[in-house]
Amino acid sequence: MTGQTLEGRSDQPLVDVRNLSVLFDAGRAGFWGRKRLTVHAVENVSFDIRPGETLGLVGESGSGKSTTGRAILGRVPVSQGHIYFQGKEITHAGKNRVRELSRDMQLVFQDPYASLNPRMKIIDIVAEPLRVHGMVKNTKAAAKEVARLLELVGLPPDAGARYPHAFSGGQRQRVGIARALALKPRFIVADEPVSALDVSIRAQVVNLMQDLQAQFGLSYLFIAHDLAVVRHISHRIAIMYAGNIVELAERHLIYDSPVHPYTRALLSAVPVPDPPVQRARQRITCPGEPPNPLNPPSGCRFQSRCPYVTGTCREKAPELARRRPGQMAACWNC
Amino acid sequence: MTPPRTDTLEQALAENRFEWWDSVCELGRELKRDKPGLIGVILITCLVLMAVFAPYIAPHDPAAQDLTARLAPPVWYDKGTWDHMLGTDHLGRDVLSRAIHGARVSLWVGAAVVLCAGGFGVVMGLMAGYLGGRTDAFIMRWIDTQVAFPGLLLALIILAVIGPSLTTVVVVLALNGWMVYGRMTRSAVLSIRQSPYVEAAEVVGCRWPRILFRHILPNLTSPLLTLGILEFARIVLAEAALSFLGLGIQPPATSWGLDVAMGKNYMFMAWWLVTIPGCAIAVTVLAINLVASWLRLISDPQEREKQFARHMAKGMRKNMQAENDKERQPETS
Repeated sequence: MTGQTLEGRSDQPLVDVRNLSVLFDAGRAGFWGRKRLTVHAVENVSFDIRPGETLGLVGESGSGKSTTGRAILGRVPVSQGHIYFQGKEITHAGKNRVRELSRDMQLVFQDPYASLNPRMKIIDIVAEPLRVHGMVKNTKAAAKEVARLLELVGLPPDAGARYPHAFSGGQRQRVGIARALALKPRFIVADEPVSALDVSIRAQVVNLMQDLQAQFGLSYLFIAHDLAVVRHISHRIAIMYAGNIVELAERHLIYDSPVHPYTRALLSAVPVPDPPVQRARQRITCPGEPPNPLNPPSGCRFQSRCPYVTGTCREKAPELARRRPGQMAACWNC
Repeated sequence: MTPPRTDTLEQALAENRFEWWDSVCELGRELKRDKPGLIGVILITCLVLMAVFAPYIAPHDPAAQDLTARLAPPVWYDKGTWDHMLGTDHLGRDVLSRAIHGARVSLWVGAAVVLCAGGFGVVMGLMAGYLGGRTDAFIMRWIDTQVAFPGLLLALIILAVIGPSLTTVVVVLALNGWMVYGRMTRSAVLSIRQSPYVEAAEVVGCRWPRILFRHILPNLTSPLLTLGILEFARIVLAEAALSFLGLGIQPPATSWGLDVAMGKNYMFMAWWLVTIPGCAIAVTVLAINLVASWLRLISDPQEREKQFARHMAKGMRKNMQAENDKERQPETS
């Protein structure tokens, strides 16, 4: 579990997250309240990402996907647990360390319309990482590199001289990817990179990300709630529910033989584009809402909606444990 | 703004070798298209030239008194003379000359105070909004304290102790006026710092001064320009108030505000004493408004391209009309 033991292995994970918990302080209960409230955004989450691998992180809104991604990038304070990058602990990295790490880890944003500064030219946006890390003196010196990056993401070379508003959503997301690639990172957190895009554009951007992965051996943490997109790009998939990972498995195992009741319910909610098949399918429903993150239940987080709930589930939270090779689930009854 | 259509980015950049001169020409062309902006720029240029060359333009010494010609009316009245085109004040001083000379002080004080107070206030507001925590608390409490303290009293104390002069007036008014910029900038920064492009800059490794001045400040231009103009008009009048109390501009020097304040007592006998310098203030503020709304447009790349597209569409429509006319002509002849 420590940096030393990990370093010795050949298939050393690039990113290793161990028992990560992120808690946010939410002030007091009431104006005069004594009790301090805590939002349990992410609790006891463990996974690793190997070089060149894509881990899909799926879950509904508020399940802690984005918080997990941002915790790895050092943008959210970690309450418990450890994060290792290339075998070195980066859990409580200081400001300067985070800045250094930004050369190796980058973020691709969800909203391509809001993530590009409307008053900067594309060339300045893409050259900025190089400038702030002192690799080039000014934007002109970066022109060649920017042209290369723009070509890499499939944009015309004269795009650099224009402003973001001149581009479509898909093109802007390409600019965002070019910016993330400028520092030649090894690991990219993609925070719902296609969910704001038109359906017809999604495949292009996802394919671009796959091509770039093959070319540079990138690792992705691909956060999404579109199961079809995740299936397309991921090697392994982690399903999150209310701040916990409930199932983590190879792609085909998640889709072909899901173990956790939540995963099964989630997959049955995806419509099949074949009416007879879709009508014949049995929809697993789990009525209810995810628990309040201010006051999560003791025991399993899914207990209030689980059809198989037992007494054990209410007392103790299940650990993520191996079910078959390449498949782990956190459940007492499956 | 023409988006360069070249094959490579390097080529596009190489063509920008005379970048600043090109952009000046481009600005000129755009200004020609925006008529109100053009009028504003011309007016301001005239006013500035008038202020600079005041001694050569003014027909009289603004301080020269002629008690035999007190309160002479403008030339279009029966008693008016061409010697004092816009009349004279209660001491027989030429109103036109005073208005021309007054531009010097008024423009200088207005511009200097807006720049000083604006610069300081904006920097403070940026730091308070972005850095948050103790910096924010400290700056905001400082602003609160200063706002609570009566501005005129502060001005009177400082001017009484140091002694009135043009520089002191500027300093005093700037000290009094920077808080509004600070507060407004802070509130705008609080919302902009949440935007993804600021987070992107942070993730990429930008340090906070760069984020403040390259990412946040350029996106604040529109509200700040508007505020600056509103403040300019206020400052010109605030200077008048100080001068009226005898703590601002000292005679024989003059300013528009001072003339308005002095002419107030004779408003019913000689309306021109307040109207002429008052009009000068109004025209200046109007001109600055026109220029500022044009500046706001061209400082926003999206608006700028829209303007350009509109202009091109207009040109194309004209061409089409001309061609249609040409086609029709042979038929008629």
